[in-house]
Amino acid sequence: MNKTFLFEALHAATDEEMGRDPKVLVIGEDVGHYGGSYKVTKDLHTKYGDLRILDTPIAENSFTGLAIGAAMTGLKPIIEGMNMSFLLLAFNQIANNVGMLRYTSGGNFHLPLVIRGPGGIGRQLGPEHSQRLEAYFQGIPGLRIVACSTPYNAKGLLKSAIRSENPVIFFEHVLLYNLQEEIPSEEYTLPLNKAEVVKKGEDITILTYSRMRYNVLQAVDTLVDQNYDPEIIDLISLKPLDMETIATSIRKTHKVIIVEECMRTGGIGAELTAQIIEQLFDQLDAPVIRLSSQDIPTPYNGTLEQATIVQPNQIVNAVKQIC
Amino acid sequence: MDLEHRKDSSFKLKLDQSEIVSLYEDMILGRYFEDMCAQMYYRGKMFGFVHLYTGQEAISSGVIKALEEKDYVCSTYRDHVHALSKGVSSREVMAELFGKETGCCRGRGGSMHIFSKKHNFLGGFAFIGEGIPIATGAAFQSIYRKQVLQESQTLSVTVCFFGDGTTNNGQFFECLNMAALWKLPIIFVVENNQWAIGMAHPRSTSVPEIHMKAASFGMPGKEVDGMDVLAVREVTEQAIRRARAGEGPTLIEALTYRFRGHSLADPDELRSSQEKEAWTARDPIKRLYNYIIEKDITDHNTLEAINQKVKVIIEDSVDFATSSPEPSVKDLHKFLFL
Repeated sequence: MNKTFLFEALHAATDEEMGRDPKVLVIGEDVGHYGGSYKVTKDLHTKYGDLRILDTPIAENSFTGLAIGAAMTGLKPIIEGMNMSFLLLAFNQIANNVGMLRYTSGGNFHLPLVIRGPGGIGRQLGPEHSQRLEAYFQGIPGLRIVACSTPYNAKGLLKSAIRSENPVIFFEHVLLYNLQEEIPSEEYTLPLNKAEVVKKGEDITILTYSRMRYNVLQAVDTLVDQNYDPEIIDLISLKPLDMETIATSIRKTHKVIIVEECMRTGGIGAELTAQIIEQLFDQLDAPVIRLSSQDIPTPYNGTLEQATIVQPNQIVNAVKQIC
Repeated sequence: MDLEHRKDSSFKLKLDQSEIVSLYEDMILGRYFEDMCAQMYYRGKMFGFVHLYTGQEAISSGVIKALEEKDYVCSTYRDHVHALSKGVSSREVMAELFGKETGCCRGRGGSMHIFSKKHNFLGGFAFIGEGIPIATGAAFQSIYRKQVLQESQTLSVTVCFFGDGTTNNGQFFECLNMAALWKLPIIFVVENNQWAIGMAHPRSTSVPEIHMKAASFGMPGKEVDGMDVLAVREVTEQAIRRARAGEGPTLIEALTYRFRGHSLADPDELRSSQEKEAWTARDPIKRLYNYIIEKDITDHNTLEAINQKVKVIIEDSVDFATSSPEPSVKDLHKFLFL
């Protein structure tokens, strides 16, 4: 076991996969000489050269398209969005090409590529750098969406995403890069389609992902002290949702709270609620509670920013309300 | 224009007679195919937006027939004829337009999304400019294969087609920059047919001479008569030699005209009849026909025999498309993931 920061786990996953398969390369802004905005590709250019760690001009839609062309012709690119928000500029390429091209071409071409980078709401980064893009991406057919949340799952999931023959949108979170934990020194991968049961419990199922996992854990500390016993599930796969793991939990607890950083309207929680009601209505003893961010641009002011996203006390109150 | 009188005397086109005749055949294939598409569209056999290439055949044939099999072509929504020139069979393209399971995209793509992996035909892109970075990525891959994977000593070349309207789009400039920066083996071919649906080219761009924009990126920009297949071939061969040698990209602006509206749904009311007549008088197929006869490359009978042969091919492809099965609804989700 090695004590590893989350950004180091992503670095190790990239390094190992590049060493394993010479077709794997990284494409993005400042991924090479600068080492990536969160140092996920630090010094890899000295090991693999400038073609495999390709510093691109600032042209998000075009370097995304470039990666698509490279994937169509047999390479396995990893696109780093310096901030995932910038990939709004590449939305056409991601929707029309990354998501749809295998289908549109009737199976002629497939796209083994990963789009990864820092997403989510950080600390007072302002509205444009504090977005919740998973809501926008989830409607695109042909995409898998994964969100990592610990150094351990970051490494195993990124390795699997790189090996996948299908395109994967891989969300990291700006606030989680400096999380540290022991991870195995031997090689491992993790399945892209499995949710993670973070804590077993009997009273209620709390579904969450990415950095909200930690707000939930904070709330659960309080709740456990007060003799509540919630089960926590980290979705990991935002699309498709691992309804099997979710259903197993709900059949046990019969109550659900969804905690997400995503916007409320059309977010991951909205889709999750719909699927739970469609598939598990008879199992529910209470309405599904959805705790989401406010439907506003993320404000810069720290107090307003905190009021935009879900806080641990809201989670505590919601659990008490239905348990 | 005569071969001996071309500008840029640094390079002389060398084509034997059979190659010139095969260019004629490819152009006729493109012309008859599109004529048949118009008929089939009006008869309700194909649907949606269908953009025909009629009038621009000298560019597809002049450029693509100079490529090798391993080279790549990336097209736009006006893609049928590019695909045919690259070797995709007219059966497969026609069946795709009919939405049939035997189409090159199994009926999932349609007119604007022709793909064929086995012909290195990258699509078929319906949004303006989105194919340019994809072609640039294919060209990047050629460099990667040579330098990183060390799989081949010679570079494959990618040709990227787009229209005059696209050259006002950011992806055009972004990709010219990257291609020149990394000396990618790519040829950007602008088919300047003077109109972007109803927007006349000079009304949309501050510098209408598109080839001049190449200089900003330190790459050669060539203007060529897009109604002269041999002129197109000549300038393409120069660009291919440069790309294959690792010297980098070229921008070719081929001046041309579409003889039909933007799509079969376009009433085409803005282009004047004088303008249309002036361009149709320069029909690239008639021009090559006359050149072949004047230069005694072959005779009328041989060319007529080619016309007849191509007609049979097109009719066969319609029969094939008509008799082919529809995709099965049980396969609705097939091809989404591998």
